[in-house]
Amino acid sequence: MISFERVSKRYPNGREALSDLSFAIHDGEMVFLTGRSGAGKSTVLKLIALLERPTRGQVLVNGDNTARLPLRRVPLFRRRLGVVFQDHRLLMDRPVFDNVALPLIVADTSFREIEKRVRAALDQVGLLGKERVAPLELSVGEQQRVGIARAIVSKPPLLVADEPTGNLDATLAAEVMGLFRRFNEVGVTVVVATHDLHLVRASGLREIVLDDGRIGGGGDHDGGPGQPPLPSMQALR
Amino acid sequence: MPGSLSNWIARHAHALVSTTGHLGRHGLATVFTVAVMGLALALPLALNVLVRNVRDATGDFSEAVGLSVYFKPEVPEQKARQMAKSAGERTGVASATLITASEALAEFRTQSGFGAALDALPDNPLPNVLTIRPSPDAASPPQLEALRSYLLSWPEVDSVQLDRDWVLRFSAILELLRRVVLITAVLLGAGVIAVVGNTIRLEILNRSAEIEVTKLVGGTNAFVRRPFLYAGVLYGLLAGLIAWSLVALARASVAPAALRLATAYGSGFTFKGPSLAELGILLLAGMALGWLGAWIAAARQLARIEPRTV
Repeated sequence: MISFERVSKRYPNGREALSDLSFAIHDGEMVFLTGRSGAGKSTVLKLIALLERPTRGQVLVNGDNTARLPLRRVPLFRRRLGVVFQDHRLLMDRPVFDNVALPLIVADTSFREIEKRVRAALDQVGLLGKERVAPLELSVGEQQRVGIARAIVSKPPLLVADEPTGNLDATLAAEVMGLFRRFNEVGVTVVVATHDLHLVRASGLREIVLDDGRIGGGGDHDGGPGQPPLPSMQALR
Repeated sequence: MPGSLSNWIARHAHALVSTTGHLGRHGLATVFTVAVMGLALALPLALNVLVRNVRDATGDFSEAVGLSVYFKPEVPEQKARQMAKSAGERTGVASATLITASEALAEFRTQSGFGAALDALPDNPLPNVLTIRPSPDAASPPQLEALRSYLLSWPEVDSVQLDRDWVLRFSAILELLRRVVLITAVLLGAGVIAVVGNTIRLEILNRSAEIEVTKLVGGTNAFVRRPFLYAGVLYGLLAGLIAWSLVALARASVAPAALRLATAYGSGFTFKGPSLAELGILLLAGMALGWLGAWIAAARQLARIEPRTV
């Protein structure tokens, strides 16, 4: 599903955010990316969502080599991927329905289908009935859930979240994390970048620790019992 | 496939509806943009209408190509009549009308107001004059020249004047005016493109967050561009309607004066406003310019707005 092979990323300002980073996340897995601020978590997510391309090495996502994907195919690539942002990136001048429907509208989905799937997505995040409400009238936790509904409405096989619980209190954070677990249970591959080590440890899921653009001291480890062991890079190819 | 066609229609309807809604919400800015564009389109339209009316009003002149044959003063009226008759029977001559010296004097007396002065003259100073209109198939310059030398060869004829030169000059002036209209239209058309382009550019900058999110969830450049192109076309359409109204208003205020002028010249001419064809061309041109301006702005701006930060 996702494979980083000896990936380096250097930004135009000269900062090297990732150095020679290799890891793999396979279909149906749920993985946490942790590490201090500036360790490279956001860069990893940007490379996965094709907001940036690697300077060296290969990033494979859903079978596409992101370095070689032509510009005209980038929109199609992004439609097979849901992204959740810390600041949720909602369009504040549009009602909830329009926000959630956006990925379907850009993909030329019929209106009847849009109606159905937006309601289903809102139902999954517990916001059914809030279609006509403006995002500003919602609480922070609800806004974040609208962002999650938008990310899953087109049923992408891969969901990527950057600090989705960063602005939430513990209860709301646990709730949001529970949502991700549920999506993962129905087969969605989930990658969550987070500071919230407490939640990560409690989940018992795999954790990739980044430190200064490399796999850090904490390493890439299987968080608990019942998780499949990480296959070697060799086995992936 | 009917499914994809209805999706296509739905998606364009969506773009159109959201665009109209957006323009409506930004009423004042829209009004200003459209007003400036409307004024820019109104000027070439007004000039075109003016030139067309001048051409219509003077349309009779093109038929005024003809010859005036001045007989020598000693030629008697009887002789002039005979010659008018024989000239009228010649091929290539549509009509030959004699204005006798006495008729000319009577007309001059009533129209000039110099009646008393004329009475003081011992005899009528005016000659008999024959006006000849060539038939349309014999009105080319060499044919007219041949007719002229033929008439000059008559011993009774003093001089023959070709009434063609000033007609040619007049049509040259009209041609020049048409060029001026064309140049004005091109320059102001470029102005319209610039106005639309700038408005759309600001619009894109205002909505860059939305564009970024749209691209992030897989919106293509075509999808993002579409509402802006619609906005450009709508601006152009509204501007065309404004231009048309302005010119129609201007015509309404000019028409009575033009009618008085025409009546004074004994002409049945009326000043006509923009024709239906002109309205059609105007609206199409407005929409095309709006589309082009929006397209240029969108092509330049949208490539710059790429989602960057997660």
